[in-house]
Amino acid sequence: MTTHYLVLSALLFAIGAIGVLTRRNAIVVFMCVELMLNACNLAFVTFARQHGNLDGQIIAFFVMVVAAAEVVIGLAIIVMIFRTRRSASVDDANLLKY
Amino acid sequence: MNGTTITAPTIEYALLAPMLIVFGAALVGVLVEAFAPRYLRKSIQMPLTLLALIGAFVTTVLTALNGLPERAAAMGAVAVDGPSLFIWGIILILAFVSALLINDDDQFVAQAAAVPGSVDEEEAVRSGFAQTEVYPLLLFAVGGMLLFPASNDLLAMFVALEVMSLPLYLLCGLARRRRLLSQEASVKYFLLGAFSSAFFLYGTALVYGYAGSVDLRAISEALGSVSGQQTLLLVGVALLGVGLLFKIGAAPFQAWKPDVYQGAPTAVTALMASTVLVAAFGALLRVFWVALGNLDWDWRPVMWGVAILTMIVGAILAITQTDIKRMLAYSSIAHAGFLLTGVIATGSAAQNSQSLSAVLFYMAAYGFTTVGAFAVVTMVRDAGGEAGHLSRWAGLGKRSPVLAGIFAFFLLAFAGIPLTSGFFGKYAVFTAAVGGGALPLVIVGVVSSAIAAFFYVRVIVLMFFNEPAADGPSIAAPSVGTSAVVALAAAATVVLGVFPQPVLTLADQAASALFIR
Repeated sequence: MTTHYLVLSALLFAIGAIGVLTRRNAIVVFMCVELMLNACNLAFVTFARQHGNLDGQIIAFFVMVVAAAEVVIGLAIIVMIFRTRRSASVDDANLLKY
Repeated sequence: MNGTTITAPTIEYALLAPMLIVFGAALVGVLVEAFAPRYLRKSIQMPLTLLALIGAFVTTVLTALNGLPERAAAMGAVAVDGPSLFIWGIILILAFVSALLINDDDQFVAQAAAVPGSVDEEEAVRSGFAQTEVYPLLLFAVGGMLLFPASNDLLAMFVALEVMSLPLYLLCGLARRRRLLSQEASVKYFLLGAFSSAFFLYGTALVYGYAGSVDLRAISEALGSVSGQQTLLLVGVALLGVGLLFKIGAAPFQAWKPDVYQGAPTAVTALMASTVLVAAFGALLRVFWVALGNLDWDWRPVMWGVAILTMIVGAILAITQTDIKRMLAYSSIAHAGFLLTGVIATGSAAQNSQSLSAVLFYMAAYGFTTVGAFAVVTMVRDAGGEAGHLSRWAGLGKRSPVLAGIFAFFLLAFAGIPLTSGFFGKYAVFTAAVGGGALPLVIVGVVSSAIAAFFYVRVIVLMFFNEPAADGPSIAAPSVGTSAVVALAAAATVVLGVFPQPVLTLADQAASALFIR
């Protein structure tokens, strides 16, 4: 049954989304985004199995590559702001508002 | 292996030439960064970037002259059709103009890795370092922008979305002055952008689950043949919509826009505000018209709500702003709302092509005016960099009548006063929306245009009818690049406002065949 995998993927996606909204550390927020991307991968692979074609599996590889590129950019930005502020909390970055 | 032969995929290199040129130049740019000595880099990167953009534009024009293909290129992944070519043309011109602005002066950080205010930074500034990585990053972003509106399947679109966004996240963090703001803008843009692209991807996954393919045409065909999976489809479409609407900055996904526009270096803001909006609208149109055109009964009511909310939020919150870049950001949100009215106005094929042509024209007109407005912002300087606060702009008309006059003209174009390009843009979009049966939307649009006109005029009054402060900002002597940008943008705003016909005809032609499938 592939339904279980879809439920798991939806759960992972929801956990990731809730994490992004509630966590305060930029690194953890970013990890939650990665969790969401992995939930997408699981869904793609499951649907590929359901439909009996390979598209979903190929897409999962693309997503991995994109996620890796995103990690490079993301960590660079977060490290940059950490070195300036000595904090990776997204609450501390509050100069731009209203 | 077991008797099956694999046929090599065909790729139409000539059709994809604009993108290939831009990406190729970006890669060369990376090599230049790696191997050329520091003092040579800028003088190599600058011509390389400008030539690549010109070359891509020329090949786009040649492709358009050679006649359009019947089918999507690169095994159905990239649709090089009328709307794509028109959008490519706009993006490449606007990117060229923004590149002149980016070239221009020392608005980028000497060394991004140096902590603000540290000895390292002083050292870097003293030895005259320049972050020339800006140029390849710009080219990568432009390449992504070319692919984004032309991609004919959701996977190519996702990859393009990331290729477009990732360099922009970095570019936002590279301002030379007010680096804390710039870094904050970068981190906010990155986290929210990554969040929204995860939504886009999950939407893609669900739509793939529904249709068994991510090809836009296959999705459109599946709408008629697959039954009983309606929930999967609708949730997928909603998530796709979140990802795309985030990129255009439609309410309720607009929160990043003011922060990022304010914090980013102004030249980068000019690039984002013009080209990203154009690219994202192209992609939005393609997904919702090509793949989901037969589902319009389901998505149109939601889009109505989004468009109304976007126009009202943009216009009303802009009134309360005290920073010029933030105000322009909210104005950009309102304009995204006006453009959405054109996206919604679908119906018969003739109606669709009228709406599409209106949206294309609006984007061209708005893009030029935006780049010009931000170029003026780079010139009004304080001791600590650009004078962002609106109070600092008081009396600018007495100090520098020409500059203030041009800026006032851009603001009037944003407001949509006749004889400016903004008027014909709004007129075209609203006419199309009335034709598509979206009259209430047009009424909201006109009312929020009136509200928006209030804060544009307020800035004009501030510039011309207030006494300048004694320690007011100075006007930086514009370099050749910046003056060229302002002159070009002003000329485009006048020409599109007085003789819009050639560009309107071009947009009509581009839109007449609609999107290929």
